[in-house]
Amino acid sequence: MNPAILVAVVFAFQGTGHEAGNIPVPVLIASLYVFALAAFLGYQVISRVPPLLHTPLMSATNAISGISLIGSLVIAGGDHGSGRHALVTSLLGCAAVTSAMINVTGGFLITDRMLKMFRKKEAVKAEEKK
Amino acid sequence: MNSTYLIEAIYLLASVLFILGLKGLSHPDSARRGMIMAAAGMAAALVGTLFKPEIVHYHWIVIGLVIGSAIGIPMAMVPMTAMPQRTALSHAFGALAASLVGIAEFTISPDMAPFRRGALGFEVMLGSLTTTGSLIAAAKLQELMRGTPIQFKGQHIVNLMLALTMVGFYIGWLTHPDTAIFFYGMIGCAFAFGIMLVIPIGAADMPVVMSLLNSYAGLSSAATGFVLSNNVLIIAGTLDGFSGFILSILMCRAMNRSMTNVLFGGFGAVTGTDTGAAAGTMREVGLDDVAVQLAYANQVVFVPGYGMATAQAQHAVRELGNLLEERGVSVKYAIHPVAGRMPGHMNVLLAEANVPYSSLYEMEQINPELPATDVAMVIGANDVVNPDARDNPNSPIAGMPIIEVDRARSVIVLKRGKGKGFSGLENPLFFKSVTGMLYGDAKSSLTSLVQAVQKV
Repeated sequence: MNPAILVAVVFAFQGTGHEAGNIPVPVLIASLYVFALAAFLGYQVISRVPPLLHTPLMSATNAISGISLIGSLVIAGGDHGSGRHALVTSLLGCAAVTSAMINVTGGFLITDRMLKMFRKKEAVKAEEKK
Repeated sequence: MNSTYLIEAIYLLASVLFILGLKGLSHPDSARRGMIMAAAGMAAALVGTLFKPEIVHYHWIVIGLVIGSAIGIPMAMVPMTAMPQRTALSHAFGALAASLVGIAEFTISPDMAPFRRGALGFEVMLGSLTTTGSLIAAAKLQELMRGTPIQFKGQHIVNLMLALTMVGFYIGWLTHPDTAIFFYGMIGCAFAFGIMLVIPIGAADMPVVMSLLNSYAGLSSAATGFVLSNNVLIIAGTLDGFSGFILSILMCRAMNRSMTNVLFGGFGAVTGTDTGAAAGTMREVGLDDVAVQLAYANQVVFVPGYGMATAQAQHAVRELGNLLEERGVSVKYAIHPVAGRMPGHMNVLLAEANVPYSSLYEMEQINPELPATDVAMVIGANDVVNPDARDNPNSPIAGMPIIEVDRARSVIVLKRGKGKGFSGLENPLFFKSVTGMLYGDAKSSLTSLVQAVQKV
């Protein structure tokens, strides 16, 4: 099944009826709009990427989704009180920061390294003459 | 309050930069600039977040950032032949990050509202199964475990039960938020399900699996965005999710198979059921004959496959290509969408070996040119040039679009041995009269060919 449909259905189901609790309804609706528009835009932008660049595309989107870093930063640096429970939360946050950071640094660096290799004929010839 | 507006503005800027960055990837010339913009967006979002009022201490953050960079930077230095397993690993890290954020949010506020709980459960479930699934994919690609499908009797039933248990725990947790055991049970099932999902899939189907895992990792990030009501997370996660989804559709189409068939078919285990057409003898050719053919050709097309990557032969191919071009031969490289172990794998390898991108041709571009090609040289590719896909409706790969090398005036196949290829299918191409077989390690064959052509 199309995973995007699944997400939409889950969220739509969750969004109806119940009070949306600590997420105000307008924020929730706005989030769904953002999701739908991002999906549409993503489809338009990504279908224009030529097969030539599919590997860099994958590493680039990987690096970009490392943005979950900002969620983990707030957890790793937040005040969770004291005690074992707070320590566990901070450790989880720290591990999340680590994993996300691996993708951010590794992802952007390797994408750039790959893209540097895709060169025009003239550029390759010029270098070989040196 | 002011800092909140500023941080939100930075997130908006980051979102725009991410989209512009991906837009840059529509052409190799604009791609690097685009990625620098995206990286700048990421840096801005990272720095902006550090100024959030919720962040009160920095030691865990610094530890995480330092360890993450210490692992991430070496991971960016891997050789291009190791790209598939590196990418699988990074899917695992991305999904793990999303899943850990979810678990941490749960420990912070176990009694959250229904919508947030739904999104959080989804995030953790998808993140956990993608983590283990990607690790298995990476292990298969690194050949730490058998690349062939692992199947057993009743596998579908076991998987179905596992999936149902996982969803059962999810629903249980949604309806009984106080019972944390449901939450942890769900995570356990998701980890197990991720493993079960990938072990029956053969290494040759990895392009599809890689794309799907990419998609799942992205969607779990997007779900994180819903949990935290953070739009930049939703946007970046959705872009990642959709990119993976589009790629997996393209890969399936390039194999003429459905997603269900790839995920549950256990294709690599097929033992050639219909090999009737593949009878006959293979014609072995000598180095010098091939060298003469190449040297006096008008056009030569190289068709690389995964075998080129395993033999590390991309530089040798380029050397031969260079030499032929100097002699006035027109040299082209034909890339099938599923050649290799991940989307675009062959393009990256050849680009690394200094092949200009204007010499890399897609399947649809090169096929009409093949009848006018003097020599088509197949380097470690098999299924993507198997004429059975086009001619034999009973073949397991019937209908898969192929690079039609058998239409060329002459075909040279570089192959390690006389055995069947990875999929276990006979390839009638090897028995055709236009085809000559050159046995041996691709890299050393190509190096010897370079010397032989120089002598012609």
